[in-house]
Order: sequence, then C-alpha cells, then structure tokens
Amino acid sequence: MKTIHEIHNAFDLGKSTPLELTQQFFNQIKASHHNAFITLCEARALNQAQILTDDLKLKYNGKVPRTEKPLYGIPLGIKDVLTMDGVRTTCASKMLENYIPPYTATAVIKLENAGAISLGKLNMDEFAMGSSNENSAFGPVIHPTHSDRVPGGSSGGSGTAVAANLCVAALGTDTGGSIRLPASFCGIVGMKPTYGRISRYGQIAFASSLDQIGPMTKTVEDAALLCEVMSGVDDKDSTTADVKVDSWFKTARDTKVENVKGLRVGVPQEYFIDGIDAEVKNAIEGMIQKLKAEGAEIIPVTLPHTQYAVATYYVIAVSEASSNLSRYDGVRFGVRPPEAMQARTLVDFYKKVRVNFGSEVKRRIILGTFALSSGYYDAYYRKAGQVRRLMRTDFENAFQKVDVMVSPVSPSTAFKLGEKSKDPLKMYLTDIFTIPASMAGLPAMSVPVAKDHQGLSIGMHLIAPRFNENVLIKAARIVELLAGDSK
Amino acid sequence: MSFQYLGQEVDANTEFETVIGLEVHVQLATDSKIFSKAKSRLLEGDSVSEESVNANTTEICAGHPGTLPSLNKKAVEYAIKAGLATNCKINLKSIFSRKHYFYADLPKGYQISQFDLPVCEHGSLEVELGENGAISKKIGITRIHMEEDAGKSVHLSGFSLINLNRAGTPLVEVVSEPDMRTPEEAGAYLRKLYAIVTCIGVCDGNLQEGNFRCDANVSVRPKGSTKLGTRTETKNVNSFRFVEKAIEYEMERQRQVILSGGKIIQETRLYDSQKNQTFSMRTKEEAEDYRYFPDPDLPPLIIEQSQVDILRASLPELPDQKRDRFIAQFGLTKYDATMITAGKSLAQFFETTVLGSADKNFSKIAANLLNGEAVRLLHEAGIEINESNFKPQHFSELAKMINDKLVSSTAAKQIIAILFSESTPEVGGVAGIVDREGLKQVNDLSALEPIIEKIILDNPKQAEEFRSGKEKIIGFFVGQAMKATQGKANPGMLQDLVIKKLKE
Repeated sequence: MKTIHEIHNAFDLGKSTPLELTQQFFNQIKASHHNAFITLCEARALNQAQILTDDLKLKYNGKVPRTEKPLYGIPLGIKDVLTMDGVRTTCASKMLENYIPPYTATAVIKLENAGAISLGKLNMDEFAMGSSNENSAFGPVIHPTHSDRVPGGSSGGSGTAVAANLCVAALGTDTGGSIRLPASFCGIVGMKPTYGRISRYGQIAFASSLDQIGPMTKTVEDAALLCEVMSGVDDKDSTTADVKVDSWFKTARDTKVENVKGLRVGVPQEYFIDGIDAEVKNAIEGMIQKLKAEGAEIIPVTLPHTQYAVATYYVIAVSEASSNLSRYDGVRFGVRPPEAMQARTLVDFYKKVRVNFGSEVKRRIILGTFALSSGYYDAYYRKAGQVRRLMRTDFENAFQKVDVMVSPVSPSTAFKLGEKSKDPLKMYLTDIFTIPASMAGLPAMSVPVAKDHQGLSIGMHLIAPRFNENVLIKAARIVELLAGDSK
Repeated sequence: MSFQYLGQEVDANTEFETVIGLEVHVQLATDSKIFSKAKSRLLEGDSVSEESVNANTTEICAGHPGTLPSLNKKAVEYAIKAGLATNCKINLKSIFSRKHYFYADLPKGYQISQFDLPVCEHGSLEVELGENGAISKKIGITRIHMEEDAGKSVHLSGFSLINLNRAGTPLVEVVSEPDMRTPEEAGAYLRKLYAIVTCIGVCDGNLQEGNFRCDANVSVRPKGSTKLGTRTETKNVNSFRFVEKAIEYEMERQRQVILSGGKIIQETRLYDSQKNQTFSMRTKEEAEDYRYFPDPDLPPLIIEQSQVDILRASLPELPDQKRDRFIAQFGLTKYDATMITAGKSLAQFFETTVLGSADKNFSKIAANLLNGEAVRLLHEAGIEINESNFKPQHFSELAKMINDKLVSSTAAKQIIAILFSESTPEVGGVAGIVDREGLKQVNDLSALEPIIEKIILDNPKQAEEFRSGKEKIIGFFVGQAMKATQGKANPGMLQDLVIKKLKE
C-alpha cells in the first residue's frame, strides 16, 4: 500500500483510515534516523485525519470521494520553504528558526482542499541553495538507503521522506534541479512543471524567475495527480499562467507501453559528455534503446548554448537571491542576537544579524550583490538574461523535431556526505543537466530507471515543451513501465 | 576676487542663473495599496488612534517571506490619467524594478519602482508667471513612474518604532526637466501639478499627510552658460512655500560657495523650515547603489491603447481649461481664475457659489471674497475649503449683499471670520450675522455729517494738506469716519461725503 490509488482502495475496503495511516506515518517518522523533517505538525495533522476519517464514514458512506477530493486522507510532507499559517517555517535557516507565518501557501491550500493531510515540514538546503542537503541549519538529511550518502538537494528531506516511506508523497521546489536531483538520488519520481503552472505564493523565494513547486512521489501517476491539483492561475501570483490544465492523472493511468509508437524522443548531444559516470550513461542509453525497441523514434538534437547554462544560471539565481534575502535583516524577519541589540549603527546591526546565514547562502548573497552592482549589471545580469533567451530558443528549435527529450538527471549517483561540500564549483556541476530546462521554464521530470552496482538509483531526465505536461507525463509513464523492476 | 566655475571666470558681479528640476511624489488616492488588498488611505469615519498603527497591513505589505505583489489596476489607471493630464506619452509596455536599500521601515529590503521603462514619459505643463499670471512658460516632464511607499519610522529616545500602514501605498513620481529658473517658477509648477492631480481625482492632495511631496534639484551657473553646475537635491519638502524658500536659500548658498572659491558637492540636503536653511544629509560618495533590476515577480505591465483612449475620454475639465472657462463665463481676471482653479475643492465651491448667476460683477465679488479672506483663513488653519464651516450659500448670500450695497467689504471680512469659526445656517445665515452684529452698511450718511465736520475741525493740518492738493490724505479722513461707524458705512459714499465736506 504505497500509492494514492492503493491507499484509496484500502480506505474503501475499510482496511485503513486516514487517521490510522497518519498515525502510522508519525510512528515511522519518529523511528527514522534520516533527519528528513524539521517540524512535525502532529496535532494539526491528526485533527485533519480525524475529521476525514469521520467524514469518510458518515458523509461519504465509506467510499473515498475521488472526484471531489482526489487526495482524500493522503498524508504528505511539505518542504519547509512553503508557508503554513501558524506552523513554523524555517527554510532550514537559523535566520528563520522562530518564524511562524500568518498565511498558507496557495499550493498547500489546494492540496488540503483536495483532502491531503500535512504531516510536517521537510528538511532542505538552507533557502533551497544546495545540491546535497548538507547546507541545512538543522543538519544534513541522510540518503534513504545508504546512510553515508547524500539524498541530493535542495529538496533532500522530500526525497528521503518519500523513498523511506515517511509520507505518501511530498512537495519539493525546484530552481535548477532541486526536485529532480534528489528524486534521482533517492529513486523516486520528481516533477517540475512549467514555470507559471503552480502559484509560488507562499513559497519563500530563492530565485523568483526560476523557482517552481512540484511533487515528489513514488509513481508517475501520483506526480500527475498532485500536479493537476496544484496547477492553475492564482491572482496572488502574477507569474502564473492561465493555461488549461489537462487531466494528467488520466493520462498517467491510461498510458500503455504501446503508446510509445511514433513518439519522437530527442537526445541532446550536449548532455552526453565526458565525465558522466559510465553506469549512469549505460543505464540511460539502455532505456533509450528500450524506447526505440518499443517503437519510439530516437532523434539526436542539439542545444548549442548548453555549455553556458551553469554559469548563466548562477548569475541569475544569485542575483535574485541577493535581492529576495534582503528582508532578513533582523528588524522584522530574522533572529536578532543579543549582541545586535548593542549595535550603534544600522550597518553594525545588520552585520551582527546576518551572521545567522549559512556559508553557502552568504556566498550567493555576496555574488548576487556584486552581479547587480552599478557598472556590473550589464556585464552579468543583463548578459545572463540574453544567454537565457538563446537557451530558450535552442529548446524551441529542438522541439520542432521532437516531442520530449531525455538525458541523465545528473552525471553521477548519490555521492558521499562531505564529498563535494568543500568544493562549490564541483557541487554546482551536479545540476548541469537539470539547469537548462529551468532556465527555459520547461516542464521536466526525473524517473528512476536503474540502480548502479552499489544499489544507488539512476534517474532519467525527461523534458517537454512549455505547458505540455501531458506529453511529459505520458513519456514518463512509459519509461516507468519499461524500467519495471530494474529501477 | 574671481574664480573659475564651469570654465568661466566668475566674481561678485557675475549674474547667476539657477537651474531647477523637481521630483514630486504624488500619493494615488486608491482605496487599496499598490500590490496588496490592504487599505491604502484613511476614509471618512476611520479613526486614527494607537490601535490603528499597523492595522492597514497584510502579509504582503509587511513583506512576509513567500509573499508576492499583485498590481492594483486602479493605481495603473490613476498613473495613466496623471500622464494624460500632463501631456505625457503613455508607454504601452512598462517594467517594474526593484530598488534596493536597507532601512528598517522598508519591509522587503527593496522598493518596487519603475526604472528603465516608466509608464509615462515626455510630458509638459504650462505655468503662469508674473503679476497677473500674464506670462506663460512650458515646463517639461521627463517621466512619471509608479512605485510603492515605504513605512514610517518614528524615532524616540533610545529606540525607534515602525508603522507599516503607509508601506505599499501607491505613488507616482513626477520628474520634471530642469526647466525652471526661479523659485517662483518652481512654486508655479508645483501649484499647477497639484491642481491637475487633485482635479482629475488621482490624489487627495492632503499636504499634511504627505500626499504631495517634493524633492528639489538645484544648481547655479553664470547666466548664459549652457553647461550645468553641480546640483544638490533637497528632499521631502511638503509645502509649496517651503520649496520656494529652500530653493532661494540653496541658490544663494551655492553662489556664496562658488564666490568663496569652494566647490559644490553633489549631495542630498534637508530643509529646516524653522531655521529657513538647508543642511547636508549625505554626500554622493556615501550614496547607495540601488542595484536596480526588473522585478521577476511582476511581468511587464502591458496597457491597451483602447484603455488609454477610454481614460483620456474620462478626464474631467483640467485646471487650465477651467481657468479659461471661468474667465469667459464669469468675467474673472486671469489671476483670480488661476487662484480659484488651483485646487479642486475651491473651484467646485466657487461654481456652486455663483450657480446660475449671469451677473459678472457678482461673480467677481464672490471670487475676491474666496481668494482673499477665505483662502487666508483656510491656509492658516491648513485645511481645504470643503473641510471648513464655509458653505457656498454663505458666499452667495454675502456676495449678493455686497453687490446690493447692503454690507461693506470691511464688514465682509468680519462676516467671513465668523462664518469660518462658527457653524452658520446655510439659508439666511449671513443675514443673521449681519443683524446680530449690526453690520448692515449705512447708506444714509446724513447722520454722519456732523461727525465728519468734527473730524475735519479736529484735524486742520490734514485738511489743509488735502486742500493744497495732497489728495491721498483722504484715506485718513475716511478711516477716521469709518471707525466712527464701526465699519458699516458704504465706503464709496463715505468718501464722496468726506470730499464734499473738505471742499466746503
């Protein structure tokens, strides 16, 4: 009993209730050593679960109202970057260790309106900055199956929690790969929808033009369902798009392997470079062969500006971050240490407050402040924006010829704790294949396809054209079916 | 002694010219804030108390993590209207940018403003200068951009308090070209801009509340030079008179600095109205780098031409048009008409006062009453006419009584003071005051004859002066005689009588 579909069947048969299931998850969370959660909202969740359990019996005659509330009684984990009214929201930062927001993120409201239960707030890299979940003020998250390894970041808590069955599914956020990388490392499905699909209202900003909420689940079908529930235009987020949301859940449920016939699968040449772990390369190429064998048309494509992706991404992301994090100054937001109260000037005050940022966050604020400085803006931020448009055009051109593109999610499988934490550049390259889709605002997914000789998961990365989540989900479901038990 | 300035030899005899550009922050009179649904201004009946501090805030204006701005469409409409009323080109695409600086009352650490592409550009307005406003001058408007206001800091001893009620209030900043050359021109520009934005209803125009705040950029140069001197910016002056005084002070200060061989420093200055001087706030070297970049939370603002056309058609009669109409319709002088149309409420008040009257003499009297004593009292109290005890019916009745020679203009002053300080019935209220105070003009002066004769007898020297041709002395006798009637005598008739008696 792992997926939403299975759980709902169990509810229908009276084999479980939302309350029993919720209690079960809290027991598992408390017994786990993964450090996946920062804050549990046990009383709140149990209260929700009790109401749903009572309603199921009395209001719905024991039959889950799947159409009305497609997530009925489903316990979820929420990445600690999303606000919930009255629930501590830390962004895994010491800066916000006592922050209790007065409002709830739109995405969380939508999930809870659909019957979901929020178990608690998941650990992450501080302010979603990192690829290994080692940058948390609350300690690193441990890989679900290999305790000496990282789960990937920044949604590492989400990846581990889903994989270690500490919740049915989780919300992550993705700026340059923060959903897809931990999904790949942890062996689960991760989906970043098109930029503008899901309201960012209540998502504490890292890089506003890139940030996007998405589901992390055990199956493609669950990812499709969560995404469908959360998507749609929101008048509280002017960057959301009023584009029709298809029934992605139905697409996922109804797709069969034979639907691959005629699917044009693009293989970007720039994504199969030296330095990719051989096992990763073999696994992805193996899956491409399987797709071909089942009738997909495999087409090499080229994305010529890929080589600039990481550099331009870091200019844009750190610039926006330096701006977004300005508000943590200890006046309203941010912990105010006692020595700050002795400060005689504002600058001195800020200095004493802002020591509470972790070193990666400080590094990015400094870089971003520099990149936006007068005299440098044109050379960095503006130039990066121009390159970003070129990358978008690369994708548009390539998508003239193909329906989806596939690649590895990351050059390697989950690495060891501490292995890259001293080398930011090496760490940044972990996201080399996920960053371009973020830069172009495209929907993308990570689907587990194989394991390496150590039993570490390998994910396939799928990218689709803007607002074509439907073809993305279809392709992802086919890959999931073809991977079978080898994942 | 002579010095070099702008590549020219200058000394005490050099004639200097002042170059003035103004940046005016106009608070838009929308009900909600520019990026949230929080209440943007106090409406009638709203209480102002300690509890109301920070009451008009949502998570958005408080800058809570995770919040996003949603643009208030009304604020956009108001900005476009302000642009249209000042002959601006409306940019159908404009961009919101973030302007960064750290200050305790700026909740997000940045202000959302417009930088590269503002909503309006390339406008102008006409100002009237000289004794009777006879000279017209066109002042260019570089741009009008939209932005949010910051909160308010209150500094007390040892600590500061912050009120975020104002945070997120919609503003437009109207930036002029450096087209003004005198404090008078700057004052005229401000008054005209004020008249326009209040007339079209995009600003409440409450100066005390900071609805209309001005920064003045001032530099000086030898007259005739085409180069620009180093400018200083005097910030946040919220009265027209103070702007003029601050500029007067600043131009003289800069001239003195240059003539003593010093250097003008590009800096921000503050005006102290108590001392009537400006002082340095910060120099450019310390000035901040605002790190502007387009706000990724707000897509470019796209405006349809059809919307601009609708807004243009919806604009009411503008102050200049109204002024010209008042001159034609009511026979006012240009000066009177300009004064009357300087504020929306005064113009409306005047039109109600003279409603339906074709008697231009009556209209002129009404205009004089309003422009003179009434405006003086309002100005002293710092209120608008519609916030006062004055009612158009009062002025209509009073003007009619003057026109019918039933009260004198001296008595009218007294009546206006009473109308101002007391609540008076709208119908027949003035007649009531005239009766109560015994202010009815005395048109039958026969009773005065012995009194005038006595005054002449008591002042033989002055009487002799008059007879020897110094006719101005007549004022002395009229004054004395008027005093004896407690101001009630018809001044024209009184003067005729005094002359007659003096010549006897």
